[in-house]
Amino acid sequence: MNEPIEIRIPEFVRNGLILWIIIVIAVISGVITSTYTVQAESQGVVLRFGKYLKTVEPGLRFKAPFGIDKVYVLPVRRQLKQEFGFATLGASNSNQFSEPRTRDREKSMVTGDLNAAEVEWIVQYRISDPRLYLFNVLDPEGTLRYVSESVMRTVVGDRTVDEVITIGRQEIEEEARDRLEALVNKYELGIGIDQIQLQNVNPPPPVQASFNEVNQAQQERERMINEANGEYNKEVPRSRGVADQKIQAAEGYALKRVNESLGDVASFNSMLAEYKKAPAITRTRLYLESMKEVVPQMGKKIILDEDASQILPLLQLNDNSKGGLAK
Amino acid sequence: MKTQGLAIIIILGAIAFYLCTYVVKETDQVILTQFGKPVGEPVTEAGLHFRLPFIQEVNRIEKRFLPWDGPANEMSTKDKTYLVIDTYARWRISDAMQYFLRLRDERSALSRLDDILGSETRNAVAKHELIEIVRTSKDRVAVTDKSLTEGMGNVGMLYPIKIGREKVEQEIFEKAASKLAGFGIELLDVRFKRINYNETVRRRIYERMVSERQQIAARFRSEGAGEAAKIIGKKERDLQEIESQSYKRVQEIYGEADAKASAIYAKAYDSSPVSAEFYQFIKTLETYREVLSADVSLVLTTDSPLFRLLKGTEVSELSEDSFD
Repeated sequence: MNEPIEIRIPEFVRNGLILWIIIVIAVISGVITSTYTVQAESQGVVLRFGKYLKTVEPGLRFKAPFGIDKVYVLPVRRQLKQEFGFATLGASNSNQFSEPRTRDREKSMVTGDLNAAEVEWIVQYRISDPRLYLFNVLDPEGTLRYVSESVMRTVVGDRTVDEVITIGRQEIEEEARDRLEALVNKYELGIGIDQIQLQNVNPPPPVQASFNEVNQAQQERERMINEANGEYNKEVPRSRGVADQKIQAAEGYALKRVNESLGDVASFNSMLAEYKKAPAITRTRLYLESMKEVVPQMGKKIILDEDASQILPLLQLNDNSKGGLAK
Repeated sequence: MKTQGLAIIIILGAIAFYLCTYVVKETDQVILTQFGKPVGEPVTEAGLHFRLPFIQEVNRIEKRFLPWDGPANEMSTKDKTYLVIDTYARWRISDAMQYFLRLRDERSALSRLDDILGSETRNAVAKHELIEIVRTSKDRVAVTDKSLTEGMGNVGMLYPIKIGREKVEQEIFEKAASKLAGFGIELLDVRFKRINYNETVRRRIYERMVSERQQIAARFRSEGAGEAAKIIGKKERDLQEIESQSYKRVQEIYGEADAKASAIYAKAYDSSPVSAEFYQFIKTLETYREVLSADVSLVLTTDSPLFRLLKGTEVSELSEDSFD
């Protein structure tokens, strides 16, 4: 029973079937390991026996199989970012943020007026040279984090706390970008810096309250000035109006006074014209007309004969009435 | 048999190929050792290389720039301020043979870097004042928000420096680089990564910051009160001005009007002796009308122009009628 089995195996080998199986497996694995795809946003760096061969553009590509050629695919067209002092959740890139326990130290900085500030920022970058990126510096993105921290402190160290927190933000972004770019080029990281953006920049928590107090005091100053201006505006325009009113009234009076005088003069002139025609008779008429109006208004009237004027002292005149004599 | 033999030859050939060759990666350089002793020059060219099987051993050494992350150390500056300083460096193995002979591996290289860079950093920091390590550009003048810092002395000013941070870093670099060269190590750069006050200094700094801000706040408040007082003062002034000016104007108008009216009257009444005399006459009559009233007693003699006729007639009632 054993003999047929012993015969069968050598037969199997003799037929070369095992060799064929080996060859088929080799061909299949050769095909699998010799094709690869480079995504649209990426470039592939091909190494042959560890030596740089070429850089390839996106598409379906072929290479020598069995590990002779090796390919690194790098997302050169993707904008990458690193966050300092804070972390956005859900990032896939492990270099995007630091460990939570170092984050506080990462953002705390000394300013050029020897104050302190907490600075959070973002670096946006791209892989600009895949060959340098892979072969020149170990862990280029980790290195970028270090350089970026050093650069941001250099820039912040040259500014006052007020510049850092409020007025100098854009300038800081620009200078930090330029400095970071210079260092990245010096280190030949194969990375291009697109932008640096400052995020939250605050005074340290223990002094935050006093910074707020300054803001409040500033508001308070504005409020006091506004209130005073309000009071000014409440009274002065009204007073101007009242002044104008008085002047207008005075002008009215002036017109009235002049017009009246003109009227008086006109009536006088016409009377005078009549008077000139017959002076004596007009005088008498006017006198008598006046007397007709005046005399009835008066109190006691006593008419004496001209010859009896000496009895005047004898007359009992009222105490309270003023005596009047007319000739 | 033929195919079987071929297969065996292929397999043996592959094994021999594997044993006699090695791959140098772009990131590596290789020193071949024969029983622990280096053979020939280091191989820095990437690619496929040959060796004697079994006898020659492949020692891979990094060709790339490597990280060195210094520990955060507390150090004192020249002005006795305690800082926590964290440095980093990048270095590479430039002379593989020297490196291999003296250090052999990265771990001992890093500990050498710790020693050399650590002590050079400490020396440099101790030689300079705090501000020299913080600031960089000698002639930079701070942009200030005038409303915040005006009249506040040092607030919003940068402290002056003589050399600056980059020069201090350069100093460390130069000293360390020459010491490391002997180990086959090339230093690319050393920099301060983080500089922070230690706990006690920090508390002092915070206190100073708080007091600075309180000063600024106090100034804002007093400025506000001052400005407000100024405005109220201006209000008082303007009110007085407006009122007095209107009074002045009113008086002027009155005066002018009266003067004009007088002139008109005078011109008419004084035009001739007749008109003057006539004016006097009618004005006198008018004045009677106004002056004489019920509480005035009238004593007339028949000599008066009004009653001259009275004496010449007998009817006394007539006078009563003429009065009505």
